[in-house]
Amino acid sequence: MAYSDKVMDHYENPRNVGNFDKDEKGVGTGMVGAPACGDVMRLQIKVNEQGVIEDACFKTYGCGSAIASSSLVTEWVKGKTLDEAATIKNSDIAEELALPPVKIHCSVLAEDAIKAAITDYKNKQ
Amino acid sequence: MLQQNYFELFGLKPAFELDIDSIAARYRDLQRAVHPDKFANAPDQERRLSVQQAAQINEAYQTLKLPLSRARYLLELNGITLNDNDTAMEPMFLMEQMELRESLAEVRGKPDPFAALMTLRDTIEGKERDFVADLSAAFGSGEQSALEGARETVRKLQFMEKLLRELEELEEELV
Repeated sequence: MAYSDKVMDHYENPRNVGNFDKDEKGVGTGMVGAPACGDVMRLQIKVNEQGVIEDACFKTYGCGSAIASSSLVTEWVKGKTLDEAATIKNSDIAEELALPPVKIHCSVLAEDAIKAAITDYKNKQ
Repeated sequence: MLQQNYFELFGLKPAFELDIDSIAARYRDLQRAVHPDKFANAPDQERRLSVQQAAQINEAYQTLKLPLSRARYLLELNGITLNDNDTAMEPMFLMEQMELRESLAEVRGKPDPFAALMTLRDTIEGKERDFVADLSAAFGSGEQSALEGARETVRKLQFMEKLLRELEELEEELV
């Protein structure tokens, strides 16, 4: 299947790959998985005292669309408040990356990952 | 025939534990009986029906012969569907998946990548065997709560299968 240019760009030059110490108080970790395709995604945020996401990183084992979706989300959430980040919708991701219908679940995975990271951060406070 | 479920098609009661050899034998008999070549001179309608039946028998066999697809199908027959957009899984399981993927990614850099692959394969296959044993117990009990548990096991097994396919791809690249 042909990937869009934007997916290829994120796939070849993924932004913010890595990990933060998940035990740190200011770090929120979201782990999700897509049973249908076996993709696993870990997305982490580093939040400052003002409740703003200062940094984000991810590690995804999956197809190009899943990698691009998580890479894009880490770019988007930086500088956003937790509330703003929580409004990111999978449809925004799918539209930005021009994902075909069969790859929509990759954007769902990324939305669920950021939501899970925010929840994890809040639970730790 | 087209109204029968896959188990009925093979003259069986729905169950997870099956005798695969007898299914394979029954599959060959059924395929022979409905083979479209036999209907080459039959009226259109009969010919179409034989093609449909051959496809259904093939699909039934492919579904029943492997534990994962057989379990998925059994859950469906019990009215339990898998929602592929449901991304929540036990954190411990996902953590372990991440680690297994990382180990797989590191295989290339190992002094003896084949030995590392073999160890990893043993680990994955061992976990798969445990999941299949869990499924066998769950379907054997037939209780609703056990079937709900089987749904989770099927989802986990799907991750393991994906991992195994990726391991096999890497193995071919390394040869």
